[in-house]
Amino acid sequence: MAERRFDIARLPGFATIAIAAFVVLYVPIFTLVAFSFNGGNSIAVWSGFSLRWYTDAWANEAVKAATIRSLVIASSAAILATTVATMAAIGTTRRRAFKGQTLIYVAINQPLMVPEIVTAVALMIVFGIVKQATGYQGLGYLILAHAAFCVPFAYLPIRARLEGMDLSLETAAADLYATPWQCFRHVTLPLLGPGIIAGAMLAFVISLDDVVITEFVKSGGQDTLPTYMLGQMRRAITPEVNAISTLLLMLTVVLLTAFFLLTRKKA
Amino acid sequence: MSPAEEQQIRQSSRNGWLLSAPALVILTLAAMGPLLVVILYSFLTPGQYGNVVWDFSWDGWISILFTRDIFDGTLGLADAHLTIFWRSIKLSLQTTLLTFAVGFPTAWFIATRPPKARALWLFLITIPFWTNLLIRTFAINEVLRSEGLMNTLLMKIGLIAAPIQVMYTDTAVLIGMAYVYLPLMVLPLFAAIDRFDLRLLEAGYDLYASRWQVLRHVILPIVKPGIVAGSILVFVPSLGAYVTPRVLGGGKNMMIGNFIELQFLQGRNWPLGAALSILLLIVVMIALLIYTRAAGKGANPHG
Repeated sequence: MAERRFDIARLPGFATIAIAAFVVLYVPIFTLVAFSFNGGNSIAVWSGFSLRWYTDAWANEAVKAATIRSLVIASSAAILATTVATMAAIGTTRRRAFKGQTLIYVAINQPLMVPEIVTAVALMIVFGIVKQATGYQGLGYLILAHAAFCVPFAYLPIRARLEGMDLSLETAAADLYATPWQCFRHVTLPLLGPGIIAGAMLAFVISLDDVVITEFVKSGGQDTLPTYMLGQMRRAITPEVNAISTLLLMLTVVLLTAFFLLTRKKA
Repeated sequence: MSPAEEQQIRQSSRNGWLLSAPALVILTLAAMGPLLVVILYSFLTPGQYGNVVWDFSWDGWISILFTRDIFDGTLGLADAHLTIFWRSIKLSLQTTLLTFAVGFPTAWFIATRPPKARALWLFLITIPFWTNLLIRTFAINEVLRSEGLMNTLLMKIGLIAAPIQVMYTDTAVLIGMAYVYLPLMVLPLFAAIDRFDLRLLEAGYDLYASRWQVLRHVILPIVKPGIVAGSILVFVPSLGAYVTPRVLGGGKNMMIGNFIELQFLQGRNWPLGAALSILLLIVVMIALLIYTRAAGKGANPHG
């Protein structure tokens, strides 16, 4: 059966292009990873295997500080974005359409539509004014900015999960005299769990990857890993950047794999 | 409608707003509100050292297209600006076409694998999608550079004698953007092809259609919403691209995103930067509007 379908669906040359596309997608990434183990100073000439760039990066205070800052911002922003996105998802799905619902929907998805550079300069202007007025220079601005553009990424999987959920379970709970809160706590929330975790993970990865908005919003000395790397690219690049990239890459792959395994088991 | 029902609707609407309120507050503070400030700034006068002076002026908008002659104050077309706009649009369209040419066969290939293998191939597309854009730009940068992988290989097999200088050209930016945005094309195409009923192919072939005819008259019209979605998803970030042209294009091959940055960081013409931002936003909104209309048409057979 599978064989027959496969045959019908074959289009000449498509498989070749597809395989080539995968090769082109992965060769640069593998090259990048390979050269993080280069013994020499070059990111193009191989001179033997070494872990020196990893130990160098590890010993580099700026890298360490940027790593911690990235993780603090990403987890705070992910938690904040997922919390408000969960509430909004419950507020905008599975109820009779109400006035302004489309407006809410557009507002939540707005960060997906506005080019990052536009949001970046907008935040630079506004947070610049606030920074001057209040004197507060902390990470709060970055966390708030990240939370805002993470909201749609957290919202979409949660909403999808909600829409696929069986309403009758909650009706059953209500029939058994569960209060709305009990119903939410013991029926809706557990069923929604995988959606919430998926949303939080997306938000975390999106925040961790951000360069443009961070670059414009950060105060002096608030480099995250990506903005630190961007700064390094202006100078002569050493394999240290490859080593940091490789570590970030591994983190993403680990998170994604966990995410896929998690959603598959519970689905 | 009974009063009880009306009451229920009102309560449902109120709960909807209440539950959405925290998200809306965050978005207003750090997304929508600041955009309004940018609109305001585009009508102010540039300050001497950046920032703005609070005097109303159209100059921000006028200087998008025109420059004022320093000597006699007459307006002339700003050729440098037009070059940057044209480059941005051209590169974004080329990126969209290139990703479609590669992405459609790739999506088709994935969607026609047996289910188990399909998940794996899809995962392989998803990994680059979630990988830091900067890392991917940096990775393609290493391949393209004069002493990089591409030139080394081409010289080894004797196709070229000397390294081709690709870096810091429009071609480098095009290759870079196609590389980083390819997954954005493949994923919606895959979603559309995955829903495609393969029995339609059988019907087509039974009616003596050639492979090309089946592709042209059966497959493409049906997966059109996916094509439109993928194209917009690639075109929009390409137009606003900042990191890729900055790393691969160097200072000379600016796109509009870098040009906006220049106004705020070095050019010190914030109103012009603000006006450019709003212009970019409007173009993107138009593209998205076309997208929703096309997607709507896809859903309605009479459209």
